[in-house]
Amino acid sequence: MEGKLTFPGQIHETTDGGILVTKLDDVINWARSNSLWPLVFGTSCCAIEMMSAADAKYDWSRFGFEVARATPRQADLIIVAGTIVMKMAPVLKRLYDQMPDPKYVIAMGACTISGGPFFYNTYSVVKGVDHVIPVDVYIPGCPPRPEALLHSMITLQEKIKHEQYFKKKIEEIR
Amino acid sequence: MRGLIGEDILTEEGEFIINMGPQHPSTHGVLHLKIWLDGETVKRIQPNLGYIHRSIEKMSESLSYRNFIFATSRMDYLAAHVNNEACALTVEKGLQLEVPQRAKVIRTILSELTRLQSHQLWWGCTGLDLGGVTPFFYAFREREAIMEIFEETCGARLTQNYMVPGGIMYDVHPNFQKRVKDVMIQIKGKFEEYDNIMTGNVILENRLKGVGYLSKEDALSYGVTGPTARASGLSCDLRKSNPYSAYDQVQFDEILDTGGDCYARYMVRMREMRQSVSIIEQLIDNIPEGDFQAKTKNVIKLPKGEFYQRVETPRGELGVFIVSDGAASPYRIKYRSPGFSNLSALPIMAKGGKIGDLVAIMATIDLVIPDIDR
Amino acid sequence: MSTEELKNSITAILPSSTFDETGEFLNVVITSEELLPLMNTLRTKSEFDFDFLFCLTCIDWKDHLMMVYHLLSKTHQHTLVIKAKIADRNNAQIETVCNIWRTAEFHEREVFDLFGVKFINHPDLRRLFLSDDWVGHPLRKDYTDENMISL
Repeated sequence: MEGKLTFPGQIHETTDGGILVTKLDDVINWARSNSLWPLVFGTSCCAIEMMSAADAKYDWSRFGFEVARATPRQADLIIVAGTIVMKMAPVLKRLYDQMPDPKYVIAMGACTISGGPFFYNTYSVVKGVDHVIPVDVYIPGCPPRPEALLHSMITLQEKIKHEQYFKKKIEEIR
Repeated sequence: MRGLIGEDILTEEGEFIINMGPQHPSTHGVLHLKIWLDGETVKRIQPNLGYIHRSIEKMSESLSYRNFIFATSRMDYLAAHVNNEACALTVEKGLQLEVPQRAKVIRTILSELTRLQSHQLWWGCTGLDLGGVTPFFYAFREREAIMEIFEETCGARLTQNYMVPGGIMYDVHPNFQKRVKDVMIQIKGKFEEYDNIMTGNVILENRLKGVGYLSKEDALSYGVTGPTARASGLSCDLRKSNPYSAYDQVQFDEILDTGGDCYARYMVRMREMRQSVSIIEQLIDNIPEGDFQAKTKNVIKLPKGEFYQRVETPRGELGVFIVSDGAASPYRIKYRSPGFSNLSALPIMAKGGKIGDLVAIMATIDLVIPDIDR
Repeated sequence: MSTEELKNSITAILPSSTFDETGEFLNVVITSEELLPLMNTLRTKSEFDFDFLFCLTCIDWKDHLMMVYHLLSKTHQHTLVIKAKIADRNNAQIETVCNIWRTAEFHEREVFDLFGVKFINHPDLRRLFLSDDWVGHPLRKDYTDENMISL
């Protein structure tokens, strides 16, 4: 953990302070990945495990996720915890659209990956949340353990750290 | 949300229409309430369901009598053991199968542990809904201890599928008795803490007393069951009136209150937790030796007919209605879920109150939305 | 009241009703037209006093629909199942009982949604679980849906 939290770049000491040499992408990714604000979005069983991940035993605030928001406008991560049905799909899409960029999605549990246990012979279940919104990290399980959720969030942090937004922009301009 | 675009939010009578949910932290899931307001006073409420309707009943029609039970753990996920037990009991009723005594006692212990953890989660979330974050952490501390017992017993924390037709799937872990006893001692010591932090709290009393009144007649007419109905003085504890598993072997009180308001509902659940501990303590030292599962055929076929079983979940009466045509899968399954009927009484409880009280009422009915929608 | 007494009392009110005692509860099979008067009597007459409708559902028997009402009396502690046969599947309709038991309002909306039974005089008959533009009634045996993947 020690290495992940250190600031990306080199600091050169000078007499009146210091000079920082780094990449803009690295600094922004560093800041973004360590302050993910999840949206409180739970539809069914997985939401209880998400609550467990927030409690004192698993404590997701160790990794900087504790600022759970009830409104999508303040959140940049949506953990889809639970089955999405046809009636809920437009609502989920709207919530996703209301979130400010950049935004990330974790699909928690089998239902959000493929419909899971409700795949066969159901008329109302959306078979995979990626039919509705793009997903960054999938966690299998029915429901996944809180540790699995923490693992997925750390994986998402890793993913964010390797984004190259400015590099791509510069290449586009050239 | 759909159907609201272009609709006037101000009615001709000057009432203001707002939508609560389906994405709202206090609805405990994806419940959508359309609320007509006059200032801050609630004039009318229309619950809008189906945001987590997963077609469990249709799906079960194509599953075998062993397999359909799994879906019920996802229905009321805070009471998976009780839901599974209800299904297992219904199938056993159809097969006229006598369950071994050991399985009955273990089922009862696990059902009561389920009730305990469900009420603890409810207690924490009620605190959260009313503006206090601390109860949430206190409640989950003890709840995790129970989850560990579940995990050690059947390998799952939430969706257990441990009750099967004929008994229980595997025998309990050798640590089971010791662990349950330890947790009971831990939990008993914490009840005082719960009371200190919440029950006697003046803010809580002000928010709950005299709020969301439900009369006994309305409770009966709306089919309200469980602690919500018992707080209105309606005796409806199926563990007493129609005992199943090992409930006829234990001494416990049916908790009744006559207040009918949110505070009465709160107190009923707080007192029920103590009763659950007492039931577990009576049984934990008296688990009989023997088989944990009765012999059943590989493919279960129920005789032609209709079978109904009622059990008491932490939220009220769950009814499982199986119609069999003699085949290896049910012809029709109906789950009479407790939350469904309890929710139908929400409009009359909240009518005339303030919108802030609506949150308190929803918290004390203890809604689990997938249980309502199925 | 015992099962035998219930049978006799109901036969006195409704001679055309037939009984089925194979299950756990006493089943009374009637036609859909006879439902409302019988239900009113069962609720109001003090010897029956069925004050708790604990389950209301429907079964699709392919050639007809069967409404099932599970009734319980809290005072007398007796249980009764009323089954009302709806012969016309395509235009299924029956009187509502939600003026007798308020809980029927939601349960009947569920049956309307999933089975397509119209409840006459229901105060707010709309789909409950599915969206308003849904085609068909999923719990009917002949329901087909291209999204449904069978095992």
